[in-house]
Amino acid sequence: MLKINNLHARVEDKEILKGINLTVNAGEVHAIMGPNGSGKSTLAAVIAGKEEFEVTEGEVFLEGENLEDTSPEDRAHKGIFLSFQYPVEIPGVSVTNFMKTAINESRKAKGLEDMPAKDMLKLIREKSEMLEIDRKFLSRSLNEGFSGGEKKRNEIFQMAMLEPKLAILDETDSGLDIDALRIVANGVNKLKSKDNAVIVITHYQRLLEYIVPDFVHVLHNGKIVKSGTKDLALELEEKGYDWLKQETVI
Amino acid sequence: MAYTEEELKKELETKEYEYGFYTDIESDTFPIGLNEEIVIAISKKKEEPEWMTLWRLESFKIWKEMVEPEWANVKYKKPDFQAISYYSAPNKKPKYDSLDEVDPELLDTFKKLGISLDEQKKLAGVAVDIVMDSVSVATTFKKTLAEKGIIFCSISEAIKEHPELVKKYIGSVVPQKDNFYAALNSAVFSDGSFCYIPKGVRCPMELSTYFRINQAGTGQFERTLVIADEGSYVSYLEGCTAPSRDENQLHAAVVELIALDDAEIKYSTVQNWFPGNKEGQGGVFNFVTKRGLCEKNAKISWTQVETGSAVTWKYPSCILKGDNSIGEFYSIAVTNNYQQADTGTKMIHLGKNTRSTIISKGISAGKSQNSYRGLVQVNSRADNARNFSQCDSLLMGNECGAHTFPYIEVKNKSAQIEHEATTSKIGEDQIFYCNQRGIDTEKAIALIVNGFSKEVLNKLPMEFAVEAQKLLEISLEGSVG
Repeated sequence: MLKINNLHARVEDKEILKGINLTVNAGEVHAIMGPNGSGKSTLAAVIAGKEEFEVTEGEVFLEGENLEDTSPEDRAHKGIFLSFQYPVEIPGVSVTNFMKTAINESRKAKGLEDMPAKDMLKLIREKSEMLEIDRKFLSRSLNEGFSGGEKKRNEIFQMAMLEPKLAILDETDSGLDIDALRIVANGVNKLKSKDNAVIVITHYQRLLEYIVPDFVHVLHNGKIVKSGTKDLALELEEKGYDWLKQETVI
Repeated sequence: MAYTEEELKKELETKEYEYGFYTDIESDTFPIGLNEEIVIAISKKKEEPEWMTLWRLESFKIWKEMVEPEWANVKYKKPDFQAISYYSAPNKKPKYDSLDEVDPELLDTFKKLGISLDEQKKLAGVAVDIVMDSVSVATTFKKTLAEKGIIFCSISEAIKEHPELVKKYIGSVVPQKDNFYAALNSAVFSDGSFCYIPKGVRCPMELSTYFRINQAGTGQFERTLVIADEGSYVSYLEGCTAPSRDENQLHAAVVELIALDDAEIKYSTVQNWFPGNKEGQGGVFNFVTKRGLCEKNAKISWTQVETGSAVTWKYPSCILKGDNSIGEFYSIAVTNNYQQADTGTKMIHLGKNTRSTIISKGISAGKSQNSYRGLVQVNSRADNARNFSQCDSLLMGNECGAHTFPYIEVKNKSAQIEHEATTSKIGEDQIFYCNQRGIDTEKAIALIVNGFSKEVLNKLPMEFAVEAQKLLEISLEGSVG
């Protein structure tokens, strides 16, 4: 599904990613953990194609295709989805309208006609029920005045609507209370299949109790310094990151 | 009527002139320059009655004494008023023989706006073989309107056919001496529309499609007069979403609305005059005076979407004379490249319990400057007047400007005035968020801008709102690199 080779990226003069190697296969859930400033969110943004970051070395492949010259929207059309740590507000644009536009733009890119209104409504009903989202919520302006939890739930709702091949959840657990966390995690679990993959970026082990990863990677100072199974997450919870930092200095 | 010596002398001069000028008048375009003879010739050409000619001459006299205003936040090279031709016969001859000869960029825009092929031809000035559709629609319209006693015709026709109405109301809301451009328009107005809705009649259709069909060749000094008699209602739509590549640089229109007791006028405008090229060369100067008068319990609502013109100077206003009258102003003004707009409204509260609402959305891109200028005035006798104003500006990029100049003058303690203003910028984060959902940058901007403008777009008649939305998209194309 996703293959990253020796990826280096910088913003302005600051190198943030310093040689990332990662392979994610269909059907897998990978967790990326690490202390603040280790490059987790940058990795997510670079995979999504944010132009602010300059890739200086290495490649990202999606299903064998090099994404080097692919725009963020084309990456989205190819099935990459990023659940933002800080979703932006777009006043005056309802959640429904935004989703309609996103879905139809993706369809257009694939040479398909707009989705008929009837199908769109059915899809919205189905997915909002799955995520226990009040329909009134969907007519509100995108993220405007949403609570932290509502914003994150809305991200997962969009993921459900767009049915991506590769979903990257950037700190989706931050700002969620335990109930919201459960709903969001349940949603993600329901969307999981043998044909798609999920990368969960998180500080804490908490989310991983609900979305159980096949692999856990620790990112530090722009590199993956340790990979393991879900037990690694438990170990990190117990010991913190310091022991890894010391290990990598050597 | 006894002539004074002065008048006699003037008439003789005129006669003399008229005679010598005759062949010139026959031609389609007058020679450049402006003087009394030209004013008289325009009136003659239009076969106007004497009172109209005199009114024009009086306006011309006033205009000569006035100076061009400079207070607006716009910079431009003042037009040379003696270098303009003040009359062009409506263009009956087609400019082109087929669509192949028309600027492909213009055709592309038509296509994006979803304008039918026949209409494209008409708008671009191409000879049309079959205009059956338009003609029959117009005829059906006219019949329906006539049954209700509604008069809807050109102002020239109204001057001849309904002189009592025109004489009574023309200049009653925008006096000749109101301002420099209004005086100029009063002297030389080419044509425009006239609309009268009789007592208690609700105009059964938007006066829009009709107007659009008649759009081609309305000329540079338009004069519009809309009178809604007691208890009547009309929704009037002016302008066209299609780009108007007019060669005339200066446009100075006057629109007067009169809403008598319990009447309501809804006046919507979409203005898309040529804004000049990307380097800021060319483009129309649009200096418009629009004002409405509300009698008791009357309501006037202005809605405008302004995307065109190099320089815009325009303040659709309401004089809330009658008690309980209501004035509304909803505006979207878009400026891109080197465009400059200084636009807003005036709400003059004279009657008791008068209310006004102002919603202004300014969108600036490129190197443009966009100013909101609004006056809320509450007279000493206007007890319990209320106003709510909201002015929002949206900026794209770092080289444009948004300015807000609110003026509030209150002479009555019972008034309640609220003013809210916001300025925001389309951020890279917003764009990336949309990109990540598969929405490209152009479309993302359109989405954000439409969301920003929603409160105003919602005020437009349905079919026009859709066109206006597309127009916003097109106007801002290429504004983010």
